[in-house]
Amino acid sequence: MTMPLPEKNQTVTHIFLFALFVAVLPWVFGLSRATSYYTDVMVFVAIHSIIAAGLSLLLGYAGQISLGQAAFYGVGAYASGILTTRLGLSPWVGIMAGMALAAGLAYGVGLPALRLKGHYLAMATLGFGMIVYIVFNEFIGLTGGPSGFGEIPPIHFFGMEISSTLGFYYLVWTFALVVLWISLNIVHSRPGRALRAIHDSEKAAAGVGIDITRAKVQIFVVSGVFGALAGSLYAHFVTFINPPPFDIFFSIKVLMMVVIGGIGSIWGAYLGAALLTFLPEWLAFLEDFDVLAYGIILLAIVMFSPDGLVGLGSRVMGRIRNIKY
Amino acid sequence: MKRIGFVLAMVGVCAVTLLGSAQAADKEPYRIGALFAVTGPASFLGEPERNTAEMVKDMINASGGINGHPIELFVYDTEANATKTVVAAKKLINRDRVLAIIGPSTSGTSMAVVPIVNKAEVPMISCGASLKIGAPVEKRKWVFKVVPGDDLAVRLMYDYMKKQGIKKAAIMSVSTGYGISGRGQLNKLAPEYGIEIVADETYGPKESDLTAQLTKIRGTGADAIINWSIGPPQVVVTRNWKQLGIPIPLYQSYGFGSKRNIKLAGGAAEGVICPVSRIVIANRLPDEDPHSPVVKRYKALYEEKFKGEVSVFGGHAWDAMFQLAAALKAVGPDRARIRDYLETLQGFVGNNSIFNRSPTDHVGLGKDAYVMVVVKDGDWAILE
Repeated sequence: MTMPLPEKNQTVTHIFLFALFVAVLPWVFGLSRATSYYTDVMVFVAIHSIIAAGLSLLLGYAGQISLGQAAFYGVGAYASGILTTRLGLSPWVGIMAGMALAAGLAYGVGLPALRLKGHYLAMATLGFGMIVYIVFNEFIGLTGGPSGFGEIPPIHFFGMEISSTLGFYYLVWTFALVVLWISLNIVHSRPGRALRAIHDSEKAAAGVGIDITRAKVQIFVVSGVFGALAGSLYAHFVTFINPPPFDIFFSIKVLMMVVIGGIGSIWGAYLGAALLTFLPEWLAFLEDFDVLAYGIILLAIVMFSPDGLVGLGSRVMGRIRNIKY
Repeated sequence: MKRIGFVLAMVGVCAVTLLGSAQAADKEPYRIGALFAVTGPASFLGEPERNTAEMVKDMINASGGINGHPIELFVYDTEANATKTVVAAKKLINRDRVLAIIGPSTSGTSMAVVPIVNKAEVPMISCGASLKIGAPVEKRKWVFKVVPGDDLAVRLMYDYMKKQGIKKAAIMSVSTGYGISGRGQLNKLAPEYGIEIVADETYGPKESDLTAQLTKIRGTGADAIINWSIGPPQVVVTRNWKQLGIPIPLYQSYGFGSKRNIKLAGGAAEGVICPVSRIVIANRLPDEDPHSPVVKRYKALYEEKFKGEVSVFGGHAWDAMFQLAAALKAVGPDRARIRDYLETLQGFVGNNSIFNRSPTDHVGLGKDAYVMVVVKDGDWAILE
């Protein structure tokens, strides 16, 4: 399933070109009134990309499924929200605390859960997600319960308050690009190769001396940390949180982003996040039938291109090359 | 000559028609945005709201618009999802350049939009229920609300209980946002009415038997039971109350205000007392009630057009649309002046009640937004 890996220098060039593209995008959107709000949509694309990148590492490279990513997303959001509003701490402290808490949770849950396989692992992570969701709803004194809480302060960067959409756009995409770079580095490193070995055959991987449990837990922790980072950024952008955005359906949506984009490709996770976030906007003109069209498009992608958008893209490129020669 | 006269007449008619149509086209439409949870878990709110808003828009446009300007309504489905609502609100403000926003339907999505409209300086009339949407006013400069808060329902209920000589009450509430909010107000306001809370039981939204809680309450010497929940538990508690033959009255929240609940309780609901919105008892409203014309008209129009029973929720959209229409008629397409008009709105008769807003109250409703009723012979009877 995994894609052939490009040279390392090539990766840096790709990220650089992608960063340039992202940097000019708001100015392109700004040309027309009809597309000016796409900058807001792109903020959510970045947030979704960060959490999808984490799951892509786990699912695409280590072959471990998780239906509990929304829990990490929520942990990040609530940690940031509570620490900044109740204790008046800096959002940066909130973000770090959220990531640390998610790392601890991922370690604690991952150690027993990642010994499970297939459906059992899916069930375990699903249960974890539901427990965290219940905590958000029931620990009213801490989380505000079902009504949530607001007035989460914006992030300050070198004394500059980042509260405009454009400012936040550049901040959140900087994070998304750093996450992309880290993820691609993990893939190219020794742990990344170990993960792909586990993905293909756990027995063979163990045979060549890979500590399977450790490798799996490590990558689960990374995916949790990315999820928490995305959640914290969400909290500081929307400035209000309540439990619904962190429910099981969001976990499934993240899984869809990874699958639609292309399992086994970090770039695919970004593509999938972009498609699933933008598609409802493009289909809005269908009014009551938009949900139907949304379902049909996703179904068609999975049916006709099981390796997702990245697979579709590389096949189209291949055809074009064949025509040339 | 005759011919020339005819031709001249024709030309004249054409010219007048052309001029007339040109004049109508000159009047730019007033753009209004709406955020409703048309699909998803809160569609029971969003769908009647969307239907009502569209209906009101058609009514206004059919009668010549507002000072000749037709209304253009942009409705987006929020699915009760905060992320979707935030994007849709930005879309309404940046792309559709709306003058004002109606909705969102739920409290959570309304709270997510509050900072956006305050920053963009776009007036918004929320259809959410939470008290936090409209207060504190200093932080809600551009936000208004049409749904009466739980505090008003509790006050009306306590008023009535006090008159009945009730001194000790036992509270039961469901552990959802609805129940938590009601429970908070019940506990907070009880001392003001000289009522002592002798039991405070909570239960889950899927509870199918509440005899344990009721048995416990029976031993506390309470004069009345107050249950604050929505959905199946309010029917369960009614049945259990009858089955156990508890001799003290059962009060329910305004969530009980649907004929369906009386039917589901199968006769056990006789004697249940609750506050309800006027739309629930539209047919029984006396003609001298000042709300009577609005409520009856809305009910007739809605049920005629959509062939379904009218709901309290659609009434919120009706009130919001007509308040906005009144503002546009008075001050024209200017966001700041629309806001000022909404803030000082006086004597507006809506489905919810008569609105009297002020710079310190962005809701503008009193406890007469509800009416106390009792279930009698399988229907509602108004209590004096």
